Amino acid sequence: MAYNDVSDQPLPTTVKLLVGGGFGVGKTTFIGSVSEIEPLTTEELITEASVGIDDLDGLPSKTTTTVAFDFGRISLSSGLILYLFGTPGQDRFWFMWDELSAGALGAVVLADTRRLEACFSAVDFFESRGIKFIVAVNEFDGAFRYEPEEVRAALELKPHVPVILCDARQARSATAVLVALIRHMLAAVAAPSTR
Amino acid sequence: MTVSGDDSWLDGDAGRLVRPYAVTNGRTAASLKLDLLSMVVATGTGSNTTLEPDHLHALALCLRPASVAEVAARLRLPAAVTKVLLSDLADCGALRAGPPRSASDTSDRVLLERLLDGLQRRL
Repeated sequence: MAYNDVSDQPLPTTVKLLVGGGFGVGKTTFIGSVSEIEPLTTEELITEASVGIDDLDGLPSKTTTTVAFDFGRISLSSGLILYLFGTPGQDRFWFMWDELSAGALGAVVLADTRRLEACFSAVDFFESRGIKFIVAVNEFDGAFRYEPEEVRAALELKPHVPVILCDARQARSATAVLVALIRHMLAAVAAPSTR
Repeated sequence: MTVSGDDSWLDGDAGRLVRPYAVTNGRTAASLKLDLLSMVVATGTGSNTTLEPDHLHALALCLRPASVAEVAARLRLPAAVTKVLLSDLADCGALRAGPPRSASDTSDRVLLERLLDGLQRRL
């Protein structure tokens, strides 16, 4: 076989970024726009303690749940591959976020101005875990356009968290969101006191 | 069994005919520490003669460096099961795995600048 040529080369460095936001906000669309592959779906089997339900005898019972999440890939150079993982949109998959966010470099929270409250939980999660993020407002057709500062106020974002507008369907626009995220992270390295 | 991009979604309700953990003989723990972004690549060596079809299929997906997440998605198997298969392949020398860690040092300026440079080239 002809694969000896790669077998002794160093394996690429992988970087994980998360794309969070409410259900139906366009996370998979965003990932698909920037990914060099069709977004793939991985299933993870999770054992979770069931709360409330099935708790007949006072002992904690466990159930196994399958959580599917989408991801895409961007090969930035031969030695560096960026993976974008969409976080599960439904709140009942909340427990999955810890697993997904382990080792994540940063995150994008996609917001839909028609349902801004849908991304509250993503903002809360990334804030509480100290994961650096920016908010990208996905401008759906027909949605009322808000100014970024109005979105910032509604989401009660800290002043240093960038809010930008994007069209998740456009590769260039979605890529610009990722550029903004990395710039935000570089700025934090330069000024470590502001997180 | 064929698993290609074309038929991936056609039979989603029925799922695989073999239950996921049957593939691993019920084993749930991988001998190798892998996470979703661990990179694996076929070595082109190792004793492939005793490998099961799922192992061979997994190996075929690693002719170029691939992440555990990608192999799992293309096999349509849960990540946990895929990790067991990949560990088996590593154990017999058919596969080489990178460290179970993606770059996540948020203060790594060199890494961030490489990312920025790479992304800006795509604009």
